[in-house]
Amino acid sequence: MTEDNQRRVVSVIVVNEASVLSRITDLFSGRGYNITSLTVAPIPESKYSRLTIVTAGSVRVIEQITKQLHKLIPVLRVYEHEDMVEKEMAMIKLPISENLSDINALCEAYNGKIVNAGENTIIAMVTDEPKRIDNFLNAIKRYNPKEIVRSGAVALER
Amino acid sequence: MQISGAQMVIEAFIAEGVDTVFGYPGGAIMNVYDEIYKQDKFQHILNRHEQASVHAAEGYSKASGKVGVAMITSGPGFTNAVTGLADAYMDSIPLVVISGQVPMFLIGTDAFQEIDAVGISRSCTKHNYLVTDIKDLPRILKEAFYIARSGRPGPVHIDIPKDITAEIGEFDYDIELDLETYKPHTKGNPRQIKKAIEAIAKAKRPLFYLGGGIINANAAYLVRELVQKTGIPAVETFMARGVLSFDDELLIGMLGMHGSYASNMAMSETDLVIGLGVRFDDRVTGKLSEFAKNADVIHVDIDPASISKLVNADYPIVGDVKNVVSDMLEQVEKIDSNNYESWRETIINFNELHPLTFHEDSERIKPQWVVKRVGELLGDDANISTDVGQHQMWAGQFYPFTRPRQFVSSSGLGTMGFGFPAAIGVKAASPEKISINFTGDGSILMNVQELMTAVEKKIPVINIILNNNFLGMVRQWQTLFYDKRHSETDLSVQPDFVKLAEAFGGIGYRVKTKEEFDAALKDAVEKNIVAFIEVIVHRMENVMPMVPSGGSLFNMMLLEKKGDK
Repeated sequence: MTEDNQRRVVSVIVVNEASVLSRITDLFSGRGYNITSLTVAPIPESKYSRLTIVTAGSVRVIEQITKQLHKLIPVLRVYEHEDMVEKEMAMIKLPISENLSDINALCEAYNGKIVNAGENTIIAMVTDEPKRIDNFLNAIKRYNPKEIVRSGAVALER
Repeated sequence: MQISGAQMVIEAFIAEGVDTVFGYPGGAIMNVYDEIYKQDKFQHILNRHEQASVHAAEGYSKASGKVGVAMITSGPGFTNAVTGLADAYMDSIPLVVISGQVPMFLIGTDAFQEIDAVGISRSCTKHNYLVTDIKDLPRILKEAFYIARSGRPGPVHIDIPKDITAEIGEFDYDIELDLETYKPHTKGNPRQIKKAIEAIAKAKRPLFYLGGGIINANAAYLVRELVQKTGIPAVETFMARGVLSFDDELLIGMLGMHGSYASNMAMSETDLVIGLGVRFDDRVTGKLSEFAKNADVIHVDIDPASISKLVNADYPIVGDVKNVVSDMLEQVEKIDSNNYESWRETIINFNELHPLTFHEDSERIKPQWVVKRVGELLGDDANISTDVGQHQMWAGQFYPFTRPRQFVSSSGLGTMGFGFPAAIGVKAASPEKISINFTGDGSILMNVQELMTAVEKKIPVINIILNNNFLGMVRQWQTLFYDKRHSETDLSVQPDFVKLAEAFGGIGYRVKTKEEFDAALKDAVEKNIVAFIEVIVHRMENVMPMVPSGGSLFNMMLLEKKGDK
């Protein structure tokens, strides 16, 4: 990753109202910014929602992203994370015929476990830093995963 | 007070002091039009196209400083208005635009004249609303006006389903707005202002770079004072014409793609740019890496996102230009205007080397002459609107502007068809001034239907059509950069503009000589009805100087000296 195209995590607190998500995504597409991942959920006991956006760009682009986000009327706050705890969850569906104890051991190395078993498949879940999720998904390849889903990252400033 | 949604719209307009609404009725907005019929607190001007309604509201707003209001129906009524919304968004013009929408129970069913209006307007408005509950309507109306005019102004769109305008609800407009997420920063940071003043005091070749934000902030007269007290030369953007009076000795001129030689050279040579209400638009800066290369930058703007967006600001000041300039004036004695004496002389030399001028032609009127002549004859008595193209640049270059809000033009979006409806709005806002629209033979045919509006409402806009039988600006680029391949820009086939004006009940003139022009303008002013003055001008005249797109400001194509040919 070059200096010109840094990965950045931005959290946005928005009023939880109709079409607020479109305002955010329209801003990114309209101004040609990247979205690597985006998660959104309501903040409990408030009228706000919190979005976590993983994006990439030069210092100037990132600065523009935060300013343009802040300019949207329903946006309360924008955090451009510097020192954060960042986690992502992934679920993987695997054939039950694979070596389950190996899979379980692998999952444990990434804060995970097997969470569901059916007739033909199992589902494993891991939670870790996005970069480590990448590693896990590489490692799990040998067990013939049938489906993979990533949640996108969430982050909190320390 | 229990009233219908439609009545709430009317009551909100009255509470906001709206005296003019531009619009066009249709199915989904009929409930509101029914209430317009019943009231006599404001006038409604029926344009003949929704795009024109929004442009008229823009013209009204720019001339008056108030929020412009337009009203349209759903579907095609709304989509026709989108160009106007986008135009107002680019030029930071405060508008409230209200559109009808199909009833709530039909939304999402592809109903007759249904379109996802807020989905479309989201990217070309400052904010927008789809009203889904009558309880929200009073608050939304009040917020819309507040958001439109505060901070960096802009258009706000409210989409109201037809059943909401029929529904009865409680109306209270005295509610306190609680916009926790929207708090524009209007006061400049005192430490930054102090630093900026110190930087100015130390600079050898400082330059004011004045933008349209000054006019939005009603700060022009304070800026005049600051310029005068500091003795620092100033350039204006196209949007800022009229901030300084044309005869102000410190005004160098307009800068940018068609800026004067002296303005662009001053910007290239300055060691400190003092940007007030500007946004470093590409038509102003040319090649960014060469723009004001040796200068530090002070940038005052109310929109934090405009600061360091394109050019890094060494002294960023977020705030309302009026507040910041008045804070600067308190420390102005730290600046010694004598320090800039040789810098001012340098600029005078630039101006003598390549003054902003044009060559007369013995056979045909030069378009620049027309602009200058109107300036001589009407000057301060006229408000000037323009369409988009060569005539627009000549108006910006050659009209002797004397005051802010005298000049209305589509700057950021560059919307052909803007001028005539905008001039109608300007006249509605300031009837005591003559409303002139400089236009071209291309532009005038977009929104030419506004002749009917002007005749019906007796709005005597004088349209001066600089007719070169070309889509002139595109032709100019084709001549210069496309080896003279004039693809689809030859407008030799034209209507009879005189008869066209007359067909609607206006008055038309075709002039080929200077004497005829003077007579026609005098007559049009006296007749006081909407007029077309078609001036047959030199066909191949180019707007000069010119910085080719993407070029550096100091590399201008210049007017050929007489005898060079």
